[in-house]
Amino acid sequence: MILLAEQILNGLQLGVMLFLMAAGLTLVFGVMGLINLAHGSLYMVGAFACAAVATATGSFWLGLMASLIAAAAAGAIIEIVVIRRLYDRDHLDQVLATFALILVFSEGVRWAFGSFPLYLDVPDALAGTVTLPGGIVYPMFRLFIILVGGALAIGLGLLISHTRLGMRIRAGENDREMIAALGVNIRTLYTIVFALGAALAGLAGALVGPIQSVQVGMGEPVLILAFVVIVIGGIGSIKGAFVGALLVGLTDTLGRILLPVAFGWFLDPSAATTVGASLASMSIYLLMAGVLLFRPRGLFGGAT
Amino acid sequence: MSERVISVAILAALIGAAFFGKLADEPYIITLATKVAILGLAGVGLNFAIGSGGMVSFGHAAYFGVGGYVTGILASTALNYEVLTSWPIEISGTTQMLIHWPIAIALSAGLALLIGAMSLRTSGVYFIMITLAFAQMIYYFAISWPSYGGEDGLPIYVRSDFPGLNTLDPISFFGVACGLLLAVLWGVARLMRSPFGLALEAVRQNPARVTAMGLGQYRVQLTAFVISGAITGLAGALYADLNRFVSPSMLSWATSGEIMIFVILGGVGRLAGPVAGAALFIILEQILGGWTEHWQFFLGVMLIVVVLYARGGIVGTLAGRRRYG
Repeated sequence: MILLAEQILNGLQLGVMLFLMAAGLTLVFGVMGLINLAHGSLYMVGAFACAAVATATGSFWLGLMASLIAAAAAGAIIEIVVIRRLYDRDHLDQVLATFALILVFSEGVRWAFGSFPLYLDVPDALAGTVTLPGGIVYPMFRLFIILVGGALAIGLGLLISHTRLGMRIRAGENDREMIAALGVNIRTLYTIVFALGAALAGLAGALVGPIQSVQVGMGEPVLILAFVVIVIGGIGSIKGAFVGALLVGLTDTLGRILLPVAFGWFLDPSAATTVGASLASMSIYLLMAGVLLFRPRGLFGGAT
Repeated sequence: MSERVISVAILAALIGAAFFGKLADEPYIITLATKVAILGLAGVGLNFAIGSGGMVSFGHAAYFGVGGYVTGILASTALNYEVLTSWPIEISGTTQMLIHWPIAIALSAGLALLIGAMSLRTSGVYFIMITLAFAQMIYYFAISWPSYGGEDGLPIYVRSDFPGLNTLDPISFFGVACGLLLAVLWGVARLMRSPFGLALEAVRQNPARVTAMGLGQYRVQLTAFVISGAITGLAGALYADLNRFVSPSMLSWATSGEIMIFVILGGVGRLAGPVAGAALFIILEQILGGWTEHWQFFLGVMLIVVVLYARGGIVGTLAGRRRYG
């Protein structure tokens, strides 16, 4: 029972990470109509910036700041240099150009940092474990990630529903010619939205740095999970991204624990582990297929 | 220049390169030409979905890898004198390419039918992400399933047999690969002029009108998607024999991206475009790769420039005319 509660928390932690990734993707798609494969590279940039600064200064918090700045800057630069020219192109061109950006980022980072993974330490203030109600002992850093992710989700929701910037973002999703005609500088708005999404991705990368190793190619598996999230949630919907992220995080984590056990009831242990593990690695895709069967536009997607 | 002349020139250059390798006694050049033919074939499959059918699939590595694993599993079980399954009937592996190919085609077509049937319920950017996600599902399955090498891949110690040929001789294997490529190109060209091909073209250009005329858009596109997956699966079966090795990396999203690069570099919707694209990619890999180990950085920069400024790819630039639709 305690194991299960712990795994649910792990699932939540994966979920909020995925939300930070998916939020940027879904915003960029909703506002600019762009599919950005290079979003995973921004995640990697954030993780590397955090690792480099944290190693140099000894402070994880400075590293976290650096990850936000580096990812937002990298996002703004690629938006101005490359991405801006892709808004009017078809999806095929967008896929190829952003795929090329992945090659540039991955190889560039490998050039700068080498092929070996970097390691980030959990900051002292968050090291150790906490005992939650019910006697669940849980690592403090993972709990911190859940809280930060949850707070950012609420913050992003408020930003979009209650601020002038959020109003412009929503207007941009609905009718970009109209808000340009009303005097909003749409080019700057696009750059801001892109940099905002990039900063969230970079922060996600920095936050998982102490849990996983920081290495080239770390972004793409997360990117593909984030795609699954926004397909489930509905492209362009922040609320959908949040619900989808939690669903995917919980399905993936719990599937890995529960499926081998479930197969153990009618298969011998080694076969149960094999079949269970294989099926668990496919579980989120089956979830996605199931959602699409009933809601081809995702849970919160509009009818277009 | 007309597109037909360019296509013939591309294929003639490929065959010429292989014969040059034979005359100059440079088997490496023949192997590179074989690689171009096989990867070009994979691209022809994807091009049928993207260029002819308007379906931007970012998951063709799934079919490529399934084709590869068909060859890998059948050949390696035969070479190890194991049986594939003993229930309900005993089936043993084989090293005959002529048996590998139909099975590779059938399995990749079946997979494309399943994935296509679900993915085609959506369109646009959803379609791109979903095809990518399903391919990734197959990839993770291959990694976590330990029977056939899992993450380490599966070696094939001896290249599979083709009746009457010594396939270990590079030029013979090139002949097999190139012959298949030509046969498939001929088939695709015929198919595009058939009523089905015209219907597919119409669906890409104006789906609403096609539906109004009483043709089922979904069925036409799904059929095209299955054919596309089958061609790429066949290429995968050959690719496994070329490398004498299959691994989950054949199934990875980067492979999907590379096949897509061949199509776009060559020119979307152009018959022989993927072959030209694969050739350019492999030449670049050889030149840049010999110059710096970070060649992918420069490849990425070049691709961005191509997408932004040289639309239409190689064939489009040479033909000097945009395709319709």
